[in-house]
Amino acid sequence: MQQVAKSMKASQAAMDLQVEEVKRLRDIAKELRIWIIRMLAEAGSGHPGGSLSAIDILTVLYFHSLRHRPLEPDWAVRDRFILSKGHGVPALYAVLAKSGYFPINDLLTLRKTGSILQGHPVAGTVPGVEASTGSLGQGLSIAQGLAMASKMDGDTYRVFCMIGDGESQEGQIWETAMSAPKFGLDNLIVFLDYNKGQIDGHTRDIMNLEPIKDKWEAFNWDVQEIDGHDIPKIISAIERTRNIKGKPHMIIAHTVKGKGVSFMEDNIDWHGKAPTKEEAERAIDELKRSSGE
Amino acid sequence: MGGKATRQSFGEAVAALAETNPNIVVMDADLGKSTMTGTFQKKFPERYFEFGIAEQNMISTAAGMAMGGKVPFAASFACFLVNRFETVRMSVSYSNTNVKLVGTHAGVGIGEDGNSQMGLEDIALLRPLPNFTILQPADDLEARQAVAWSAEHKGPVYLRLTRQKLEDLHGADYKFRVGKGDVLKAAKGTADVTIFATGGVVYNALKAVEELEKEGLAVNLVNIHTLKPLDKELILSLAGSSKMILTIEDHNIVGGLGSAVSETVAEAGFPVKVRRHGVEGFGESGSPAELYEKFGFSPSKIKELIKTLVKK
Repeated sequence: MQQVAKSMKASQAAMDLQVEEVKRLRDIAKELRIWIIRMLAEAGSGHPGGSLSAIDILTVLYFHSLRHRPLEPDWAVRDRFILSKGHGVPALYAVLAKSGYFPINDLLTLRKTGSILQGHPVAGTVPGVEASTGSLGQGLSIAQGLAMASKMDGDTYRVFCMIGDGESQEGQIWETAMSAPKFGLDNLIVFLDYNKGQIDGHTRDIMNLEPIKDKWEAFNWDVQEIDGHDIPKIISAIERTRNIKGKPHMIIAHTVKGKGVSFMEDNIDWHGKAPTKEEAERAIDELKRSSGE
Repeated sequence: MGGKATRQSFGEAVAALAETNPNIVVMDADLGKSTMTGTFQKKFPERYFEFGIAEQNMISTAAGMAMGGKVPFAASFACFLVNRFETVRMSVSYSNTNVKLVGTHAGVGIGEDGNSQMGLEDIALLRPLPNFTILQPADDLEARQAVAWSAEHKGPVYLRLTRQKLEDLHGADYKFRVGKGDVLKAAKGTADVTIFATGGVVYNALKAVEELEKEGLAVNLVNIHTLKPLDKELILSLAGSSKMILTIEDHNIVGGLGSAVSETVAEAGFPVKVRRHGVEGFGESGSPAELYEKFGFSPSKIKELIKTLVKK
C-alpha cells in the first residue's frame, strides 16, 4: 500500500513538473510570437505565416530537447538544428536570441543593411545558425551530411531539421528521403511544418503532397503525425524517436500558418508579407491576451 | 601513348592521402567506376558513400559532412556535378564549406559518349562563385599534387579532370604551386606569341611549340593549372612582352581560361590581341583523337593555328 502511494505521489510530482514545463514553454512561445511580429513589422518585409507555424516546435527544441550551449555555439558535440525552410528564419532568430546566442534587441535589425540577421539564414555570421539555407530542398541533405559525420564520430550528436510543405515539392527532398534510410540515420529527426500553405496558394491546390505520411513510410522512414502546436505532443514525439533504431525520423507536424494571430491564420496572403505597424499592434495585443494554448 | 588520365591520378592520390587523413571521405553518384574511386572503396569502405544518381543530394550532403569536420571529395562527371549549379552555389560556395568537387570527363576529349557527357561549361559556371579554388592539372604528377593540396586547403575546391590519358609534362622534382602559372617555355625577349593553356591540351600545345621554335618562333607557353585564383601577375608581365596572346582550353570559349585572361589583360589596359581557342557551341561523338583534330586541339592543328595567327 505504502509503495503504491509512494509511486502515485512520484507520478503526481512528475505530472506537476510536466505541467510546469509545458507552461514555461508555452509562455516562451507566446513571447517569441510577439517578437516575430515585432521584428517583421520593423523589417517591413519577411514571412510571418511560416514563422508562426514553426515557433512552437522550435521553442520545444531550443528550450527543452536540444543539447546545446548558447555561450559556446561551436561546442563540438552540440545537437544540430538545420532550418531547411529558410524563409521561416524569424522563428529561428527568435529562439536563438531568447536562448542567449545574441542580444534579443538585435532582432529588430532583421533584414536591415549591415545587420547579421539576413533575410534568410547565413551560417558563420549569426551565432547558432548552422547552415545557409533559403534555396529550398538543400537543408535536409545538409542535415543528412551532419548526421553521417556524427555517426562516423561515434554518434556524438543528433541532427534536427525542419522542412516546409511547399519545400517538399523540391526533387532534392526526395533524393534525401531515399538516401537517409540507406545510411541508417536514426540520429536524424526531421519535422515537416505542414501548414498547408505556400506563396501562390494552398499546397493542396498548388501541388498536393498527399498522401504524405504514406510517402515517407514508403521511403522507409519512422513516421509520426502530430499537432505541431501541442507542446506535450511535440516533446513526446521527439522522445519517442530515441527508441526507434536504424531509421531516420519524420515527424509530420500539422500546423496552422500564422498561428496565434487570428487575421493571419490560414490566410495565404501572410506567407510573405510583413504586418504594418497598426496590424502589428493588433496582432501583439491579441497575442498578449491569449492564454498561449 | 603513355601517361595517365588525371581521373586515375585522383583515384590513386585520394586513396593514398586517406591513409594518413582519417577525415577524408569519398562520395559518388553511380559513376565510381569512371571517377576511379575503386581503390578508395576497397581500402576504406566505411568512408565511402554511394548516393546513386542524385548529384544534388550528394553535393549538399558533402556540405553537411564538411560542417561535421570531414573532408569530402564528391565525384561525378564535370557536367553532372557542376550543372547542379544552384546546389553548388548555396551549399558549397555561399556556405564556404570544405567540399572538394571532383569533375571528371572534362571536354570533348572524352570522345564517343558525346556532348551530353562532356563538361564544357563547368569553369564558366564556377568562376563567379566566391570561395572556390578551380584547379585543372595537366598531367599525373600535377594531378596528385593538386589533390593533396585540396585535401589540406580549407574551403571549396573544384578539380577538373580528364577521362583520357595525358602524357607526362613534368619531371619528378616538379612542385605544384597553387595560383602560380607553370611556365613551360619562356621566349628570350619579345615573344611572337604567349600561350596560356590548361588541362588536357597543354601537352599538345607544348609539342606544337617545340616544332615552331625550330622554325624560329619566339613563344611563351604557360600551363594554367589554377583557373581561380588566376595568376594575374604572370599574365600581365607576359602580356607586356608579347605581340599577341593565345589561350587554349578544352572548354567552351565563353567563360573559361580565355575569358579570364581577356578580362585580366583588358582591365590592365594592354593593347594586345587575345585569341581564345576552345570549343564553340557543343561537342559531339567521335574518337578522342579525331575530335581533337576536328576541334583543333591536336599538336598539328595547334601549330597550324599559331602559324596563321603569327602571320597576320
